[in-house]
Amino acid sequence: MRVVSRLSRVPLPALAVASLVLMTVALTLVFYVAPNDADQGFSQRIFYFHVSIAFTAYACFAAGAWKALRHLWKRDPGADLESYVAVHQGVIFGTLVLLTGSIWAKISWGHWWLWGEDELVLFLVLFLFYCAYFMLRFSVDPGPQRANFSAVYALFGVVLIPVSFLAIRIAKSFVHPEVFTLHGPNFGGWILVTYCVAQAALLLLAYTLYRVELTGKRLDARIRELRFA
Amino acid sequence: MTTAEKYVTAAYCVVFAGVLVYVVLIALKLQRLEREVGELERAAHKAAEDERETVEVG
Repeated sequence: MRVVSRLSRVPLPALAVASLVLMTVALTLVFYVAPNDADQGFSQRIFYFHVSIAFTAYACFAAGAWKALRHLWKRDPGADLESYVAVHQGVIFGTLVLLTGSIWAKISWGHWWLWGEDELVLFLVLFLFYCAYFMLRFSVDPGPQRANFSAVYALFGVVLIPVSFLAIRIAKSFVHPEVFTLHGPNFGGWILVTYCVAQAALLLLAYTLYRVELTGKRLDARIRELRFA
Repeated sequence: MTTAEKYVTAAYCVVFAGVLVYVVLIALKLQRLEREVGELERAAHKAAEDERETVEVG
């Protein structure tokens, strides 16, 4: 929480520059430093961004739920808008997870999508659940009722995150690789370093985009208030 | 380019295209907000001028 609190005081241009630098380092590591996987070869390099984007999407949904809780519990002013923007970011990153996952599935398994795979279907369910959040939100007139409905929905959705995450472990076919176990990650050396840098880069990118969108939404709300004043 | 390289390139391009589209959409929204701020500014100036004229006549 302290890290997030400190990050919220960092100016937006500095965040943007830091994301750009970290993303460049991550891509350099992915394509020039990380070794080829013994099993999958070059195509395993999709892993660095695919898994990092998936965790970033989970983080965004969790942040959306946390802000929703703050709205319902503490009546934090602005928490509803922050929750909405976090869920929006989560859906964007969720789309990227599905797209990069499909490409990786095609080259590794020979199929774009497998309906029999629990972890894929559960992630799709999680993704569609959050897509429906927007339908609910925009079907209610702006005001406290919309904020309350959205907050309750965002809180329910967070339950699906551990289910989706654990599905990879409980899946019977074990087609989807299990990269994190109770004993730590299933890889080390440069692969681990590259993954950590890519994860940090994507989390920072998501946070920067979150701040940009939030600034725009707050500005929009203030302009609306001025218009009707 | 091998098939694996093509797929990896496609995956990374998808990520960057996604982020780029998002940034473009945000930029368009900021442009709209800038325009709206300009309209409000003009309306405020007009209101102030009208008020001044009313005072001068009165």
